[in-house]
Amino acid sequence: MFGAGGGTTSYREVEETDVIFLWGANARENHPIFFHHVLKGIHNGARLYAVDPRRTSSAQWADQWLGLNIGTDIALANAMAREIIHAGLANQAFIERATTGFEDYRRCVERYTLELAERETGVPAEVIREAAHSYARADRAIICWTLGITEHHNATDNVFALINLALLTGHVGKYGSGVNPLRGQNNVQGGGDMGAIPNRMVGFQDWTTEPAVRAKFEKAWGVPLKPQYGWNVTEMFGAAERGELHALYAIGENPAQAEADQHRTVKLLTELDHLVVQDIFLTATARLAHVVLPASSSWCECEGTVVNSERRVQRLKKALEPPGNARDDLWIISELARRMGHDWGQPSAEEIWNEVRALAPIFAGMSYERLERAGGLQWPCYDENHPGELYLHSRLWHDPVEGRPAPFSVVEHAPPVEQPDAEYPFMLTTGRRLDSYNTGVQTGGYTSPLRRGETADISPEDADALGIMNGDPVRVTSRRGSVVAPAHIDRSLRPGLVFMTFHFQDEVKVNTLTIDETDPQSGTAEFKACAVRLEPIRSADAVGSAADAASRSGG
Amino acid sequence: MTATALPLIPLRPARRMVELTIDGETVQAPEGSTILDACRHQGKEIPTLCYLDTLHPVNVCRACVVEVEGSRVLVPSCSRPVEAGMVVKTDSERVRHSRKMVLEFLASSVDLSTTPDVAGWLEDYGARPERYGPPAPPAPPGFRDSLQPGHHAPPDPDYAATVIQPVKVDNELYVRDYGKCILCYKCVEACGKDYQNTYALTVAGRGFDARISTEFAVQLPESACVYCGNCIAVCPTGALMFKSERDHRDAGTWDESRQTVTDTICPYCGVGCTLELHVQDNEIVKVTSPLDHDITRGNLCIKGRFGWRYVQNRPPDARGNGRGGDGRPRGSA
Repeated sequence: MFGAGGGTTSYREVEETDVIFLWGANARENHPIFFHHVLKGIHNGARLYAVDPRRTSSAQWADQWLGLNIGTDIALANAMAREIIHAGLANQAFIERATTGFEDYRRCVERYTLELAERETGVPAEVIREAAHSYARADRAIICWTLGITEHHNATDNVFALINLALLTGHVGKYGSGVNPLRGQNNVQGGGDMGAIPNRMVGFQDWTTEPAVRAKFEKAWGVPLKPQYGWNVTEMFGAAERGELHALYAIGENPAQAEADQHRTVKLLTELDHLVVQDIFLTATARLAHVVLPASSSWCECEGTVVNSERRVQRLKKALEPPGNARDDLWIISELARRMGHDWGQPSAEEIWNEVRALAPIFAGMSYERLERAGGLQWPCYDENHPGELYLHSRLWHDPVEGRPAPFSVVEHAPPVEQPDAEYPFMLTTGRRLDSYNTGVQTGGYTSPLRRGETADISPEDADALGIMNGDPVRVTSRRGSVVAPAHIDRSLRPGLVFMTFHFQDEVKVNTLTIDETDPQSGTAEFKACAVRLEPIRSADAVGSAADAASRSGG
Repeated sequence: MTATALPLIPLRPARRMVELTIDGETVQAPEGSTILDACRHQGKEIPTLCYLDTLHPVNVCRACVVEVEGSRVLVPSCSRPVEAGMVVKTDSERVRHSRKMVLEFLASSVDLSTTPDVAGWLEDYGARPERYGPPAPPAPPGFRDSLQPGHHAPPDPDYAATVIQPVKVDNELYVRDYGKCILCYKCVEACGKDYQNTYALTVAGRGFDARISTEFAVQLPESACVYCGNCIAVCPTGALMFKSERDHRDAGTWDESRQTVTDTICPYCGVGCTLELHVQDNEIVKVTSPLDHDITRGNLCIKGRFGWRYVQNRPPDARGNGRGGDGRPRGSA
C-alpha cells in the first residue's frame, strides 16, 4: 500500500479491533489459522462483515453478510464512501493532513447512491448503510481481502476502492486499524518483497526511476542494468503470442493448469522454442518441457526464508534429504550461471540472504540469528536494533505527515467482462476448498476425509429449475470450453451462481472455462467471473464418464 | 516509508507483584498469575494433566491441587490466582494423599501407557492402582457411546471399572483410542471456543459413563470435524493420535530416540504457520506447531497438519532408498 506492497496490520491486531471486513476472502477455509485470530476478535466483541457473493463458512460467522453480485465491489465500496461522507462520518482532520485527491474522490463517489448500489450489487441499501456507519464509527477497523478482490479484470481498482475507505475514515496506520491482503501462498509476499516482480528490485526499489538504486545494484552485481521493467506472467504469454518470447524457465510453477483459458496457455507453451521447468513434480507443464530440472522441496528439503501476510520474514529449514537427483534451487541456479560463464561459487541460503540485507534497507536488520530467536521479524527492520514494525504508516498520524501523503484513487464500477445472457445464463466463480490447494499437485498426495472431488456447486433454486439432483452429472460450458462434473447443491449459493475449484485439473479442467481477461495493472486474470451454461447430462455414456471423473478425483 | 520508533501499542497497566508463601518460602508473583505459575517460577514441579498454557483451565483432573491455608478444600493451582499473604503447601500429606487417589483412580480405569510422566508420578506418590482389582474387560464396540444419563449398571465387585473399549479408526488421519481418555476436556476446548470453534466434540453422558463424543456419536467423517488435528495436539494421554504415529507404534517402529524435530514454515497459504516436522529415517512421521508462537499457538489446519505426504510419496522402486512412503510416485498427484 502506498508504495510498499504489504498488509499494514498484524494478525494480533485483528483480535483487538472493533470491526473486521473480510472482503472477497473466505479465511475460514483458505486462511484457517488467521481466522483463529478473527474468532478471538469476534469473541472479544468485534463485528464481522463478510462481503462475498457466496455465504461462505466465514460469512456464517459474520454479524452481517453482504452477498453482492460478482464483480460489483467498487459500486459497494463507493456507495459506502458516499454514505460516510453524507453522514458526516469522514475523518476530515486525517483527510486534510494525510491524504491528497479527496475532492476528486468525493465527486466520483457522489453518483453511487445507496439505491444505485442496491441495484448494482444486490445488497439491500439498509445493509450497505449500516456497514458504512459501523466501519466509520469504529475506533478501530481492519479490512482484509483476498482473491475475491484481485482475481478480476479490474483488480487494482478494486484494491484502491478498499484503500479509499480506509483513508476516508483514517482506519490505517494505527494499532488495530488497517488494510490487509491475505496472501494465498506461503511466499507470495516474499516473492514480491524479493523482487520477483517485473517492476521492482528486492525491497520494492525501482531501478528505472532512481539512479542511485540502479547504481547500487550495478555495483553489487558488476553488470549494467537496463532501465526498463520486465514482463509479468500474463504479459509473457502475450509476448509469446506475438512471437517476442521464445524461451521460458518456470520454477515451481504449473501454468499449463493454473492459468486461465487453458487451451490457449498450453498451445503457447507447446510452441515455445525452449521450455525449462524446475519443479519437485513432473507437472503438466513439465511434461511439455524440453528440459526438466528436478528440484528439492523449498520448505523441508532446503534452507531459506519466506514472508507471510503480516510481512514477517520466517526461516525455512531442511528436515529431509531430497530424493534421487533432486537438487536445491540455489545449487541449480548457481550451476546454470557457472555453465553460462559466471562462477558464483555455491552460496548458502544465508549468504544470499545477507546480500538481500545489504541491498534492501527494509531487511537490513534481520540476521538469521535474529530471525531464529524472534520467530521471524516484520519488515521494515532497518538495523540490528530495530524490532520490526507491527503495523505500517504510523507516519500518516504524525503532524505534519512524514513523507508523501496517501493519495485517494478515483475508481469507477466496471462489471465483469462477461455478463450472463440467454446463451450463458449463469456466472461461474472459482476458489479453493479447505483441504485442497490450487491445482492439487501437493494436496493430491494425502487422503482427506473431507474431499469429494470436483463438483459444480449450484443453488437449490437452480437445481430445482433444471431438475438436477445432488450428484447428477452436469455439463458446464463457457465460451472457451466445457467440462462435466457432478452437481453439488450448495445452500450458500444464490440463484445464478456456480462455484467450482481448480483442485482437480487432471480430471475436470475448470481452467478451460475461465476467462483470460486480465487486469492491465497487475496482470491477474478474472478467475472469479465468467458466464456459463449448465446442462444436466442424461445419456448413460456421459454419466459413466462423469462418475468416473468423480471417483478418480475423490482419492 | 521511513524508519519510525516502535509503534505505541496500548499496554495493560503494569502488574503489581504480590507476596505469598509457598512451602514456607516467601515468594513474589505478578498479580493475576496462578499458583501454578508461581510454583513453576520457583522451579517446583507440580503434576498437571488437563492444564495447558494455551487453553483456558477447566480444573477437572485435580492432579495439580495444593493446600491453601484457610481454604476448606484443596485448590487447583492451575487456575487459582495468587493473593497477597496466601500460604500455600504443595507437598503436604493432604496434597500427596489426594494426588495419590487421583492417580490411582485414573490408572485403574484408564490405559495410561502412552501418558508421558505418569509412571514417575505413580511411583512418587505411592499409587497402587492394582488394589482396586483386575481391570474390567473392554466394553463391546459402541457400548459406552450408547449409555444414557441416569441409567447406570451396578459395578461388578470382581473388577476395577474401566473405560477400555475398542479403538475408533474411521478415517485416514486420526485414531481415537478412548480407552486412554481421562476426560481432561483439552480436545473439547481446542475444538471449541479456545481455538478452532468447530465444536465437533463434547462430553456426553454422566458420571463414570461420561465420554468425549461427536454429535450423536457419529463417526468422524459424518461429524462436523474439519481434521485440523488441534485436538490431537493437546491430548495429554495419546487417546487421540495421528494415524501416522499410531501405525508406527502398532508396527513397533515408533522410536522417538531416532527422531529429529525441525521448525519450518507451512508450504500452503500465506499465513505462515510454523510447523515442527518430526522426522524418523528421513520420513515425516507427524507435524506439530509450537505452543509459544503467536501465529499458531500450537494450532494448524488440515493442510498444514496432514498435507505433507507429497514430499515423501515415492514410486515403489525408490523405496529401497530407505525412504518409505506409500508407494505413489511423487509426480502422480
